[in-house]
Amino acid sequence: MDLIIPTISQGLLWSLLAIGVYITFRVLDIADLTVEGSFPLGAATAAACLVAGWSPIPAMMAAAFAGMLGGIITGILCTKLKIPALLAGILTMIALYSVNLRIMGKANISLLQVDTVFSLYAIPGLELSQMILVIGLIAVIITAVGCYLFFGTEIGAAIRATGCNPHMIRANGVNTDITVILGLLISNALVALSGALVAQANGFADVGMGVGTIVIGLASVIIGEVLFGTRSFKNCLLSVILGSIAYRAVIAIVLQMGMPPNDLKLFTAILVAAALSMPLFQAKLNKRKAAKD
Amino acid sequence: MLRIEDIAKTFNPGTITEKKALKGVTLHLEPGDFVTVIGGNGAGKSTLMNSIAGTFPVDRGKIVIDGQDITKWPEHKRAKYIGRVFQDPMMGTAANMQIEENMAIAARRGKTPTLRWSAPVAQREFFREQLKTLNLGLEDRLESKVGLLSGGQRQALTLLMATLVEPKLLLLDEHTAALDPKTAAQVLSLTTDIVHKRNLTTLMITHNMKDALACGNRLIMLHDGKILIDVKGEEKKHLTIKDLLAMFEKAAGSELNSDALLLS
Repeated sequence: MDLIIPTISQGLLWSLLAIGVYITFRVLDIADLTVEGSFPLGAATAAACLVAGWSPIPAMMAAAFAGMLGGIITGILCTKLKIPALLAGILTMIALYSVNLRIMGKANISLLQVDTVFSLYAIPGLELSQMILVIGLIAVIITAVGCYLFFGTEIGAAIRATGCNPHMIRANGVNTDITVILGLLISNALVALSGALVAQANGFADVGMGVGTIVIGLASVIIGEVLFGTRSFKNCLLSVILGSIAYRAVIAIVLQMGMPPNDLKLFTAILVAAALSMPLFQAKLNKRKAAKD
Repeated sequence: MLRIEDIAKTFNPGTITEKKALKGVTLHLEPGDFVTVIGGNGAGKSTLMNSIAGTFPVDRGKIVIDGQDITKWPEHKRAKYIGRVFQDPMMGTAANMQIEENMAIAARRGKTPTLRWSAPVAQREFFREQLKTLNLGLEDRLESKVGLLSGGQRQALTLLMATLVEPKLLLLDEHTAALDPKTAAQVLSLTTDIVHKRNLTTLMITHNMKDALACGNRLIMLHDGKILIDVKGEEKKHLTIKDLLAMFEKAAGSELNSDALLLS
């Protein structure tokens, strides 16, 4: 029972990552592995800033800005330099590992001694776990509303059309290099922000905390889509957020049931592989049904 | 309106798959010209179209639209002047987006997108009126995703979108080839309606000789990367398939052996 609040608040903090992955994976139709580097990049930047005495909000803005730069680099690699998007993301991710070590100066920074967004703005009477829920909720609402409004603008529509049909949007006069870079920039800014929030909630930033984030993001997107639908863009955003919470719930449940935490990544990978291959099995099943009739 | 000076394009130069697709094509179009383009497989029809649209750069030559040299312009910049309908009905529209959203994008073809709302309610009446001209009932489905439409409906919508902002040049790349005969005829008649009503300068590739003869005021036939036959005005009006075949034999020194062209 006392796991419910932490599960939801973790889900909320990680849902920014999930929205970021949704923007690249579904909206732009690119599997962007930059995420694995920009998540710890956000954590590292925010942690370094906080330790240097910055206040949490500017520190998180710096984290988002760093994430943007990461996204721009992947974007330039895959548009201007024509490197396949998957490889472009891997290159940035690897490069960011060194960058993150440089930013932190070491592999791990503790945030227990500094004011974080959760402690500085603490509401009297609320415990830390409840504060994480409140701040997480605020962050997610701002992000979701912001995304909804942005992707409804002319530029946002151009980015959506780029992922759906680049020929069409080019024939209508939009430079798809720019829209791809913009999409990656926004995605990685959100991912870095997620990293900054998670680091503050957990009390540390670690250079290794990005491992497997892309799979967590994909799991949230897919679980959300399957459970909560994809009727409209608004619906998709909500699904992804709820998917992130559902993913945390699944993890909490299997851990409670006694699965060793070390097997978590294996479990997540299998979950995502199964979910991604579902359409294929569904098609086969339908075929078999049709053949029987 | 369109001036093409001696353009050439070779794909995969210097390799065993080298293909000289265009070997020096010169073509001048007057404003309001409706030119049909025919030719066998590999004659260079689509390469000509894509060279004008800017899908790839040409090796030599010059492309000028309305006095503006666009030879070095990237594809998206040329969209300001050029409306396009592709052979594949899926290529002209964004399937995951609503009819309204697709039209809103087409309604600002050639303009840099801004942070204004993409599909404002104020534009709806205009979109509805435009869709009514298609006679497909799409005016009541503004919020439907384009992916739900049939190939013919999508092609008709693409045609409407390509002409929503008046293009200086309309490029139609075998845009009825992927449709069933009845739908193809509908989309073609819609095409001639729009082109005549708005007096659009148009270049239409077709694999159908009958259509090529029936539509437009000028016909060119490509063969082996060059313009082999160019007929216009009165002469084109009275041209028959037989005449065309005779002209081909005389000009090419061989019989036309393209099944696709002969059978249709």
